[in-house]
Amino acid sequence: MTTASHDNLSPHQDDFYDALMAAHTGLSETQSHALNARLVLLMANEIGDLAKLTALMRMARDYDDV
Amino acid sequence: MAYDYAPFPYTAPPGLAAPEPRHPVAIVGAGPIGLAMAIDLAQHGIASVVLDDNNVVSVGSRAICWAKRTLEIFDRLGVADRMMQKGVTWKIGRQFHGRDEVFAFDLLPEDGHRFPAFINLQQYYVEEYLVDRARAFPDLIDLRFLNKVTAHEDHNDHARLTVETPDGPYTLEADYLIACDGAGSPTRTRMGLDFTGQTFQEQFLIADIEMADSPFGDHATPERWFWFDPPFHPGKSALLHMQPDNIYRIDLQLDVDADGRAEATEEKVLPRIRAIVGDKPFRLDWMSVYKFRCIKLDRFVHGRVIFVGDSAHVVSPFGARGGNGGIQDIDNLGWKLAAVLQGQAPAALIESYHEERSFGSAENILNSARATNFMTPKTPVEALFRAEVLRLAHDHPFARRLLNSGRLSQPCSLAGMALQTPPEDPAPMTPGRAVADAPLTGPEGDTWLVRVLPAGFVLLGVGAVALPAIDGLARVGIAQTGDHPCFDDPGGFARARYGDGWAYLIRPDGHVCAAFRAPTEAAVRRALSRTRGNDLPEATA
Ligand SMILES: Cc1cc2nc3c(=O)[nH]c(=O)nc-3n(C[C@H](O)[C@H](O)[C@H](O)COP(=O)(O)OP(=O)(O)OC[C@H]3O[C@@H](n4cnc5c(N)ncnc54)[C@H](O)[C@@H]3O)c2cc1C
Repeated sequence: MTTASHDNLSPHQDDFYDALMAAHTGLSETQSHALNARLVLLMANEIGDLAKLTALMRMARDYDDV
Repeated sequence: MAYDYAPFPYTAPPGLAAPEPRHPVAIVGAGPIGLAMAIDLAQHGIASVVLDDNNVVSVGSRAICWAKRTLEIFDRLGVADRMMQKGVTWKIGRQFHGRDEVFAFDLLPEDGHRFPAFINLQQYYVEEYLVDRARAFPDLIDLRFLNKVTAHEDHNDHARLTVETPDGPYTLEADYLIACDGAGSPTRTRMGLDFTGQTFQEQFLIADIEMADSPFGDHATPERWFWFDPPFHPGKSALLHMQPDNIYRIDLQLDVDADGRAEATEEKVLPRIRAIVGDKPFRLDWMSVYKFRCIKLDRFVHGRVIFVGDSAHVVSPFGARGGNGGIQDIDNLGWKLAAVLQGQAPAALIESYHEERSFGSAENILNSARATNFMTPKTPVEALFRAEVLRLAHDHPFARRLLNSGRLSQPCSLAGMALQTPPEDPAPMTPGRAVADAPLTGPEGDTWLVRVLPAGFVLLGVGAVALPAIDGLARVGIAQTGDHPCFDDPGGFARARYGDGWAYLIRPDGHVCAAFRAPTEAAVRRALSRTRGNDLPEATA
């Protein structure tokens, strides 16, 4: 398992998590699903680096055997 | 052994026979906050009458986690040594997902502090010690048990209270009424003040068990253990703490639609505990089922009525911010009310209690609400994110920090508020912060910074800085010499925390209110006047 090497969220991790939950407030499951997809695309654009993005996809996908 | 709830004696109050002279302060409620309030005021020379409808300490352990800052305040009030002797000291919190430990936090990773990050001690002991301490001020603290306040009126320059006793009702007057009557505050209800906020639907079972073997297994050092989805309580969360007397606190999240009354029965509780401790023998000491709320009053000061502790704000217990927050309230209010009553400060200073502690309580609510939200996802998408954070937390440090089983009580910083003088240069100790402790050596041997600060305002100098002499203002030096009390800083902790060559003006509640590189008498006097409320809008000098 590769590890995301940096913790870029702390010390504001709770503000982030709260904002993320708030972004979903009042949405149906389908709407939330769509919001997540848009968020992934927007964040991918922020990251930009294709090698990084594919590494992240692999990292996330690795969990799917559980 | 179960705690012995010895009732406090009731004596017929003088007001039943003849009108009592007006009291400076009437405190409604002898919980931890009301008692601490009375002791703090007494130490400032202010007399109070404390009225409680009950005559025993807290039934059940309730608040068990007392934070470092609270212990420093309790030390000033004269009860910390007893608390330390009896309490269980801890600083590590471990978080588990299923069977696996995923993240441990250390709440006091550095040396050089008199008090630990936390002790665990049942609220009934804390109240017992506070009552004993209050009795050391027979001329200043009038404790009245079985005195239930049933009505009050604010008469602008005083409040009038009606009190029920076993011998009938009486009335008394006080310059100020301090409502320390708890989360269900009858004073607040009587005034019709809005007290609505977030109520969590989930219920939590809180149980204290006494057992000779430890449910922590071979683990010798006391810690706080929290489980997300433990094998013994699938799909929910669980919390385990150690208390004195071989008593352990178990806290289990229940279903949203659980029947609270049925859950609080031995029939339901014993199997839940056996699932955790196995076949080791134990005795059930106390249990209760709670729903938690996170709410505060908009205003803590209403004319002659001041709300302090749970009457002003309630939080969920994850983070131990209820009792600890209330103790910071009394610490903040005591010296201000004393200064106003003694004619040394304008009445506006009391408003600053609202500014400072309403802010502190909002911070406590934010943190405890977030922890409770994390523990109790409300929608499928919240549950999904929570589940994936937990999975990622096994491998990724960033996800571990997202786990939120409670962000534990920290001293509140009052930086940027009206009583604090902003420093010219950024100071190592920002005005507004509570003093940082440090080990010192003095004429009487080893001691601590938090122990050598005299009562009242103090001008503290660290290293190469000269302290002007000002009438009525105590001075303390560290790593310097002078005609004031001076202490060495052998480990360099004080200089590391305060900077070498800095002076600080410290309020009676131990918060820094000004910092100076080269303090002049005029600059110190200006800061002192500001912190006594003379620059506040309604202050008429
Ligand atoms: C399960 C649980 C766990 C907790 N854990 C922690 C923890 O670990 N750390 C922490 O810091 N906090 C904790 N808390 C919170 C803590 O218990 C409260 O914040 C604390 O008790 C508040 O103290 P108080 O004096 O303001 O109110 P209370 O303790 O509620 O005292 C109010 C007093 O007012 C009296 N009273 C009420 N009405 C009247 C009246 N009309 N006339 C006269 N007297 C009256 C009552 O009899 C009572 O004695 C916990 C709470 C719970 C329930």
